[in-house]
Amino acid sequence: MANATREKFDNIIEIKNVSKVFDGITAVDNVNLAVKRGEFVTLLGPSGCGKTTLLRMIAGFELPTSGSIFLEKQNVTTVPPHLRPINTVFQKYALFPHLNVFKNIAFGLKLKKIPTGEFDKSGKPVFRKFSKDEIAEKVERVLKLVNLDAYGYRGITGLSGGQQQRVAIARAIVCEPKVLLLDEPLGALDLKMRKEMQIELAVMHKNIGITFIYVTHDQEEALTMSDKVVVMTDGAVQQYGTPKKIYDEPTNAFVADFIGESNILSGVMKKDFLVEFCDTSFKCLDKGFGKDERVDLVIRPEDILLDGKKGMLKGEVVSAVFKGMYYEMEILASDYQFTVQSTVEHKTGETVWLNIEPDGIHIMKKLKTVNEYDGEVTSENTVKFCGGEFEFINAEEFERGDEVRVSVPFDKIELTDDESDGVIGANVTQTLYKGSYYQVQVYTDDDNDFLIDTVDEWDIDDRVGIKIDPKDITVSRRTAEQNDKSGAYDTASAEEGENG
Amino acid sequence: MDNNTAVQLPENGATLVKNASKLKIRGVKRSAFALPYLALSILFVIVPLFIMLYYAFTDGATGSATGANFVHFFSRPNIMAVMGKSFLVALLTTVFCFILAYPLALALVSSTLNNKAILVMLFVLPMWINSLLRIYAVKIVLYMLEISNAWVAVTIGMVYDFFPFMLLPLYSVLSGMDKSLIEASQDLGASPLTTLVKVRLPLSLPGIVSGVLMVFMPTVSTFAISDVLGDTSTYMFGNIINQWFANSGGWNIGSAYSLILLLLIAVTVVVANKFGKGQGHAEVGGVL
Repeated sequence: MANATREKFDNIIEIKNVSKVFDGITAVDNVNLAVKRGEFVTLLGPSGCGKTTLLRMIAGFELPTSGSIFLEKQNVTTVPPHLRPINTVFQKYALFPHLNVFKNIAFGLKLKKIPTGEFDKSGKPVFRKFSKDEIAEKVERVLKLVNLDAYGYRGITGLSGGQQQRVAIARAIVCEPKVLLLDEPLGALDLKMRKEMQIELAVMHKNIGITFIYVTHDQEEALTMSDKVVVMTDGAVQQYGTPKKIYDEPTNAFVADFIGESNILSGVMKKDFLVEFCDTSFKCLDKGFGKDERVDLVIRPEDILLDGKKGMLKGEVVSAVFKGMYYEMEILASDYQFTVQSTVEHKTGETVWLNIEPDGIHIMKKLKTVNEYDGEVTSENTVKFCGGEFEFINAEEFERGDEVRVSVPFDKIELTDDESDGVIGANVTQTLYKGSYYQVQVYTDDDNDFLIDTVDEWDIDDRVGIKIDPKDITVSRRTAEQNDKSGAYDTASAEEGENG
Repeated sequence: MDNNTAVQLPENGATLVKNASKLKIRGVKRSAFALPYLALSILFVIVPLFIMLYYAFTDGATGSATGANFVHFFSRPNIMAVMGKSFLVALLTTVFCFILAYPLALALVSSTLNNKAILVMLFVLPMWINSLLRIYAVKIVLYMLEISNAWVAVTIGMVYDFFPFMLLPLYSVLSGMDKSLIEASQDLGASPLTTLVKVRLPLSLPGIVSGVLMVFMPTVSTFAISDVLGDTSTYMFGNIINQWFANSGGWNIGSAYSLILLLLIAVTVVVANKFGKGQGHAEVGGVL
């Protein structure tokens, strides 16, 4: 019994420091992950976040550039896919069109070697193949499991998307893998079918007890089906935890924005359990931040309570939309636009009061408070960083060739539609709406990122130019001593930026 | 390609055709654009066929209808043997082409090189040169290699000449194959060899069929290669037909021989297509 318990809870898959680089682009960046036996783990993230690459490395289709993958404590990093006791449900099913449903499902069974329990003279276990009757019986059983009893002798091309999906799942689980990998298996189905299959998959996972690793970009799917969710972006794991924990306590603004609707604001921790935003102090449940530390905070739309007469924050209803179960209202309060969900309607233009309970405010560390780069002074009034030469005001009399630290506040960077209008070009990779402005992340061609606070809305993958007013570029000497000093200054300038 | 769209295609195609018949471009019916091609095929395919039929069933001297030209073929075992030999050489050529081209096509498809098109072109490039010139070049190469056996020489010449016709359809079917099918096979426990036999070969059947036809059909009736590279022992059926037409009085028998060959080739095509249609789901078809 004790043994069984231990087995149930030990790690079936361990991923250690795994990175994958394709042609100089890092798809997976030093990921560490442990999956317990029997769990349903979902890798969740926007497209291009590296989740599928990670899954393909577990399946054996890609070799990690560095790091190792363990299956039941065995290093399987370089084991080819056909020798791994892992099966995959592919995104577009990948059913063999030249075989019927029965033969598709039997494909893996026919190749599988199972120990007979006997040993040969040298003590090695003897293997045999499944007999025809055994295969037929197993296929029948799994067809029943996926509700396709009568479909064994149908061709593949005549099946609907949902039916093909079931065949793909049946084909993978009939081999009784130690781990089942699912690569966005429901992506090609319509909404209704997807919902049904979500439930079926969850039930199937409970019944057969195989460890599932599931890849999706659909946050709702991830939250409803999984035991654990891994939120990924830019090839790195942002958060790993139960769906509830990820929803209630996102570790950073990206996770909060990606999981569910949320109001993301900037605030200041006045002291433990007290945070200030919108010029108002609110009680909260978080502590351990520095005094006056700038933080991101998340308030879920359903955690804001509205009152017609009194409350913590006064606001005006900008819009109200009936959503069936509730009204979704946009409320402008001290320059922030809050999204609020409530069963009570407040008309557009109405003045309301917002109340937020301490447990409705989730505080997160700011990932970055200012843009900082290493640069080099190239002339009397230009400094080179991130692949571009920017003009700056040379107050400290830097000389050509001086290596310096450059910092620019989030809100002092101008993005231009036309790349050639800027000093350097960049791609927009992320935008977060923060109530009164957007926080936009862009990546330059030499892979540096800028965070920009702007009132303009930019689309992901937009190509933009970056322009900075010379007076907003702060340049400091790159010494240990100076670095500390500039750090202190950065916080101050960021603060100024946030209020602007 | 998604299977769903593959299923819907015929419907879309049908509506397209329906609309097409009503469509007019500047007052000209759309079907009118096909008229030049119709004229061309009547002039160069249908009329010659009838001329051939006419000659095959008439007597050269009297001009009266007769079946004697066919009897001429079936009463001469040595000529039937030459025909058999032609089929055998064509078969050998096809088999060698396939054995050489399939692994090459696999290698080209899975090559990590960026510019596969250039690689493929290198193998197809000889097609741009007149086939007779190539055959003379082969003759010199064979002479330098001291290969004097006529049969070996002819086979090498044929394989060399028709190799690109096998390679191209194989390459196109293999490169169009959904990579996830190969991954799925490996994922289910199939070694690379098992994957080749159980997944890649059956799925590339349409390409194989069209490659086989593209090589087999012209090699059966070829005569130039055996003329240049062979001797009397490698006399092909194509050579015999050629000879009949070279003689002014031999057109009738030559036409009959041509018709017999044409019929046999047609039978081969029908059989091969049937064979390929059993697997008619493949997403990338061959040339035929």
